[in-house]
Amino acid sequence: MFGYLIKRLIQMLLVLWVVSLVVFLMMSFTGDPVFMIVPIDATEDQIAQARRILGLDQSLPVQYWIFITSLLQGDFGQSYVFRQPALSLIVERMPATVEMVLVAMLIAVVVAIPLGVYAGANPKGRLSRIIMAGSLMGVSLPGFWVGMVLIYFFAVYLGWFPSSGRGETGEVLGVRTSLVTANGWHHIILPAVTLSLATMAILLRMTRAGMMEVARQDYMKFARAKGATRQDVLYKHGLKNALIPVVTIFGLQLGDLIAFATITETIFSWPGMGKLLIDSIYRADRPVIVVYLMLVALIFVVINFLVDLVYTLIDPRITLK
Amino acid sequence: MSSFVQSEFFHNYTRSTSAILGSALMVGFVLAVTAGPFLVSQNPYDIAGLNLMDSYKPPFWMDGGDARFLLGTDGQGRDVWASILYGARISLFIGLVAMVASCVIGTFLGLVAGFYGGIIDSVIMRIADIQLSFPSILIALFLMSAVGTGVDKVLIALTAVGWVVYARTVRGTTLSEIKKEYVQAAKVAGLPNAKIIRKHVLPNVMTPLIVIATIQVGTFVLIEASLSFLGVGVPITQPSLGLLIKNGFDVLFSGLWWTSVFPGLAIMALVFGINLFGDFLRDELNPRLK
Amino acid sequence: MTAQTQNALLAVRDLRTHFHTFAGTVKAVNGVSFEIGTGEIMGLVGESGGGKSVVGFSILGLIDSPGKIEGGQILLDGEDLVTAGEPRLRQIRGRDISMVFQDPMTSLNPLHTVGQQMDEVLRLHTDLDAAARREACVAMLESVGISRAADRLGAYPHQFSGGMRQRVVIAIALLAQPRLIIADEPTTALDVTIQSQILKLMRQQIAARGASMILITHDLAVVSEMADHITVLYCGKVVERGPTRALIAAPAHPYTRGLIDSIPDPSNRHPRLRQIPGMVPDIRNLPPGCAFRARCPRAQALCAVEEPPLRALNAARSAACHYPLQPGEPA
Repeated sequence: MFGYLIKRLIQMLLVLWVVSLVVFLMMSFTGDPVFMIVPIDATEDQIAQARRILGLDQSLPVQYWIFITSLLQGDFGQSYVFRQPALSLIVERMPATVEMVLVAMLIAVVVAIPLGVYAGANPKGRLSRIIMAGSLMGVSLPGFWVGMVLIYFFAVYLGWFPSSGRGETGEVLGVRTSLVTANGWHHIILPAVTLSLATMAILLRMTRAGMMEVARQDYMKFARAKGATRQDVLYKHGLKNALIPVVTIFGLQLGDLIAFATITETIFSWPGMGKLLIDSIYRADRPVIVVYLMLVALIFVVINFLVDLVYTLIDPRITLK
Repeated sequence: MSSFVQSEFFHNYTRSTSAILGSALMVGFVLAVTAGPFLVSQNPYDIAGLNLMDSYKPPFWMDGGDARFLLGTDGQGRDVWASILYGARISLFIGLVAMVASCVIGTFLGLVAGFYGGIIDSVIMRIADIQLSFPSILIALFLMSAVGTGVDKVLIALTAVGWVVYARTVRGTTLSEIKKEYVQAAKVAGLPNAKIIRKHVLPNVMTPLIVIATIQVGTFVLIEASLSFLGVGVPITQPSLGLLIKNGFDVLFSGLWWTSVFPGLAIMALVFGINLFGDFLRDELNPRLK
Repeated sequence: MTAQTQNALLAVRDLRTHFHTFAGTVKAVNGVSFEIGTGEIMGLVGESGGGKSVVGFSILGLIDSPGKIEGGQILLDGEDLVTAGEPRLRQIRGRDISMVFQDPMTSLNPLHTVGQQMDEVLRLHTDLDAAARREACVAMLESVGISRAADRLGAYPHQFSGGMRQRVVIAIALLAQPRLIIADEPTTALDVTIQSQILKLMRQQIAARGASMILITHDLAVVSEMADHITVLYCGKVVERGPTRALIAAPAHPYTRGLIDSIPDPSNRHPRLRQIPGMVPDIRNLPPGCAFRARCPRAQALCAVEEPPLRALNAARSAACHYPLQPGEPA
């Protein structure tokens, strides 16, 4: 167990290092950030000075060394636009994104698992076909378009929900979240539903496939030969087995939600780190992009690790090595 | 041909509503995209043909609609239907070309990794692993933010995220094939690698590749649309469906829904068709492929 | 056949189980009849694809779509299971008739402990409280030769070896004291050394409980050691049946003869197996006449025209062949 943790930790650090390298290289080869911070009428001297301040007059390896050592010290540089530490900008907006992602995941799971189980247990039923067609629709729709349509219908046309923003927030354990106010929930429903659709469809399809795969297993027939009912066999013996593949993609789906939150936040003007990323891309605010990517990479790596741990809890055959 | 008509595959196809609907949507889309521009009177990107007097006409069945513009017009007086036909061309072109590029590059890398093993294999597969642990959209978004907009750049970004699935599939098949005794024997007997690839690896990997490729076109169309919607995809001079939606979004709050809703429906029709057919292919050709 | 009917525990009459597939109807079981008395072990023998397992699943009413029992009767103590309905069948499954599957690696649920999987049977079929059920499970595990049984209840199937798992499966099958056990190739997936242990265990347990067993196998060597009677299936039909010793010593049907000849004989200095030539024909469109004739060394013109019915050879034996082998006659 201890050996496994060490091994995983090294793996995680390796991934983060590769990400840092890729991010650094991509950023170095594209565009010159110096023009982001000097005034338009800057003289050659001013530009050269700015270059020195940014370390851009150094060779690439030296620049990378500076880059990575500052990262390790938690110094991600100043946003060119906000003139504030980039890290604190992102961290400030993180709760908004996290709460939306969590609500979206909750919606996705609550809808997808029961429907997927039903569709997998009754593959030929009429309702199952409708569910499956709906889920295929879910993976075929552009999420941002769904968000737009929801805004138009529920916010502009019916006026039931606000079309943008985060609403009132309250503070829990020092974190500002909209999940503790009614107004906040009112604001989060539309964006969270929008964000959840693709994940919902994928989880549903995985659950159904899992149930159908499991239905073919000998132990299901053996359980029926013991005298158990079809329902008992499906839910007591089948469900847990069927959910194993669903758990394995859970981490990936959480990652997808964080990624697609950038788009959802943009549509709904949700003040999260995703919208900040898109705004920063428009403004070529490089330090903010870098922090976002490194932070998200860290989150993904940790999520994958946690999913592996959960996996061992569900499946006794898996041991951590 | 007659053997194809008699095959179980064809039989199941004719029995599967979803497969028929899916392929009909795909074929219809391709036809509309190829023939479409000749069917509409207006080239939406020929400024001379536009009239600002025609701007923001609603679809023809609504009050103030104009029979010339079935699905209404945008702020420049552009026919939304014509814009969709032109935009769908760009979307589909990007999806197909990026799919082919991903398939070729991924297959090549998968073969290399499988055949040579060792350090080359580890490097390729580690990159693939790391890439797979990040959502494609985020990688594509990051690449586009670094290289800027453009059809060619979208193609590069999509290919950069798309090769991985092919590489993994091809590598797996290659490894299991070259382990087989008769392939080993053929190798010892001097059968060139190219021939082993052609005779043993490719036939075995064809089926999953077809399924992956089909579904990937749909995925790519969606990713491209998302990138363009965010403004980091195609340039405004070559508006894909995603960019049309973005342009329509800006006026959505004024109640001018048709400029964004219809392009979205077009994307849905295409991707839904591809997924319906892709699902059918997967079930028919390879029930184990998940 | 007539004389035994009154005291038969299970009587299968003209059972027909068909599978409706794209490529045609597979008549996996097509008019099979046999009987088993209390305390008897019957071997159901044939090559793979001969419909043996389908007979077993038909008896338990576990035929899933696209399969269907098209006709016949399955009488358990005179009660017809074909028409019994699912609720009644559920009472019977596990309590009156239980089943041992071929592959112990797959017939146990990997995510449930052995204890949970045993307990399920007792919860379904008895009124015992938790403590009593646990006690019964421990006792049963011990009786099938699993040591430290109380500790092993909490273990998962993957923590057992193949042979041990099959012991667990047998323990589950025996838990509710069923009168009939259907064992479908119970040792095929196991190592040779383990096979004989498991067979011995099953024979002991059956005898100790006075239960009956249908032993489904492709391996005549196994049934010849275990069974009182043998029924040989080919292409969904009974081609021969009789008491084990007589049938093995002097098979009447050329197919049975072929099966016996393909048993490796340890005394033979040239242990080259004699295989039955040819392959099982496509069961979806059997030619008229005898299904075995294409592979039969004795086939004649009549065999291509008329399907031989199952005819009594003497009081105990019958065979479906126009030209049955006589005792002592070489093949």
